[in-house]
Amino acid sequence: METILEINQLHKTYGALTAVDHISFQIKKGHIYGILGPNGSGKSTTLGMVLNVVNPTSGEYKWFEGTTSNHDALKRIGAIIERPNFYPSMSAIQNLELVCKIKNIDRSKIEEKLTVVDLLSRKHSSFKTYSLGMKQRLAIASALLNDPEILILDEPTNGLDPQGIRQIRDIIQKIASNGTTILLASHLLDEVEKVCTDVIVLRSGKMLYAGPVGEMNRNHGSIFIDASDRKALYSFIENKPYAGTITVHDNGLEVKLYEPVDNAQINKDAFESGIILSKLVHRKQSLEDQFIELTNKN
Amino acid sequence: MKRLLDIELHKFRYSKSSIVLTIIYLVIVVLMMLSGMIRIDLNGFNGSFSDLGIFNFPLVWHISTYFTSFLKIFIAIVLVSLTANEYSNRTIKQNLIDGLSKKELILSKLYLAISLAILTTFVVFIASLILGLIYSDFDQPSIIFSQMGYLGAFFLAHLVFFCFCLFAGILIKRSAFALGFVFVWYIFEGILNLIAKGVDTYYGTHIYDWFLHILPLNAMSNLIKQPFTKIDLVKSALNQISVEGMDFGYDIEWIDVVSVCIWSTLFIYMSYALLKKRDL
Repeated sequence: METILEINQLHKTYGALTAVDHISFQIKKGHIYGILGPNGSGKSTTLGMVLNVVNPTSGEYKWFEGTTSNHDALKRIGAIIERPNFYPSMSAIQNLELVCKIKNIDRSKIEEKLTVVDLLSRKHSSFKTYSLGMKQRLAIASALLNDPEILILDEPTNGLDPQGIRQIRDIIQKIASNGTTILLASHLLDEVEKVCTDVIVLRSGKMLYAGPVGEMNRNHGSIFIDASDRKALYSFIENKPYAGTITVHDNGLEVKLYEPVDNAQINKDAFESGIILSKLVHRKQSLEDQFIELTNKN
Repeated sequence: MKRLLDIELHKFRYSKSSIVLTIIYLVIVVLMMLSGMIRIDLNGFNGSFSDLGIFNFPLVWHISTYFTSFLKIFIAIVLVSLTANEYSNRTIKQNLIDGLSKKELILSKLYLAISLAILTTFVVFIASLILGLIYSDFDQPSIIFSQMGYLGAFFLAHLVFFCFCLFAGILIKRSAFALGFVFVWYIFEGILNLIAKGVDTYYGTHIYDWFLHILPLNAMSNLIKQPFTKIDLVKSALNQISVEGMDFGYDIEWIDVVSVCIWSTLFIYMSYALLKKRDL
């Protein structure tokens, strides 16, 4: 599979502070990556370095397997960072024309991309009259102008109202369904969970995990079970090899799973042990739970 | 190069303050042209400015470049704010992310500075030419197009100042403070000049003469020297009082040309080095 970006031992210090600590990972074509991490964990610095605006202290990165110079590689990607940066007195069209000139591409796609982000009706208004949500959507339109091979989004829903968040998320999903590679940095987990196939987890500059979303903790989720005889149920489930920690709730037991288990098998085993389950629900662990678990563990 | 200039002109064209200041500049140049018609009454002399002979070729080249030189501050404000606003709007970051290299970014600003210097020189050339053609007592082409070196000096003086402003904008990142920096630097050179003069008279050295050529703003203003004593009326008045040791040079000195070229290069290089070193 084609590698779009390869990061090797990238390191950045600001004085005594280590912002990014020897990070290495690869971005493959066609995947959707989420960079997860609390505020100040080094997400933006990492992106800044590969986008040529922050100088790495050491380490290296390669775009498109090192076949083009860095700034030419940047012409093939689309990126927005932190907040939308445009010339305030220019209109949407004028701002996008400038981006076309910088990226050395034809201006014919401007209207099409403004339609994607639903800004066509305001295309002649100057940027400073836009609401934050509109600014963010214009930034996405700008990043899409060159039909990028990879789209990099840093906190795209930061500071938006629920409608704005929904709009941005819908746009991202639409872009993702077209097969565009996406790298999405966020501290909002459900945002990442909804769209990403792979995650990279950072905490205070260190990389804790890089890989598919589901394998973050080799975790198989948990089951919620209940029966009229709680005590018998507890001792029954306690001795099963797949059962991990058991938490007693008001409405049943929550059992973490160590191995993948078929719900039907559990039901059968319980029935054979003389316990009739009144409830059996298997729940995958949310990304949030996984993330908290991972960041606590290390 | 065409692409980089195109990018920068795009930013220039859609910036309201740039357009307003450039128009003010042009209007003042035109007003100065009209000043030829103003009638004055001075020292027993009665007539309009044009009767002073200041619009005679080739003196008009010297006079007009000297007086319009002061107006470059308008264009300088444009350049400083265009550059510093790239920082405050963070568009400089977005430009780099969109695929402009740091070198291209500085080059595009330099091309704009050169274009503006060419534009102002051209405007002053046309304005002086028209003034001269209307008022000059001489109209042979050989006289009209003599002493055109002042226009070259005018261009270089503007270029070095624009490069200085560009550097100030990148160094300080806020347009108001960057303009302040230019002003403070101007005062700083003034103070250095005073100190040098003092030291010179005390120890008999020639530091001031060197400062006049070495410091960027000194060299810039020293390129085109004052033309007043060239004007017939002033000349005759001076002859009447016949002050001893009054000897004025009007020529453009090569050392200033070299100094100004070196400074322009330095400012551009330092801007590039700054941009390269900094994290945005």
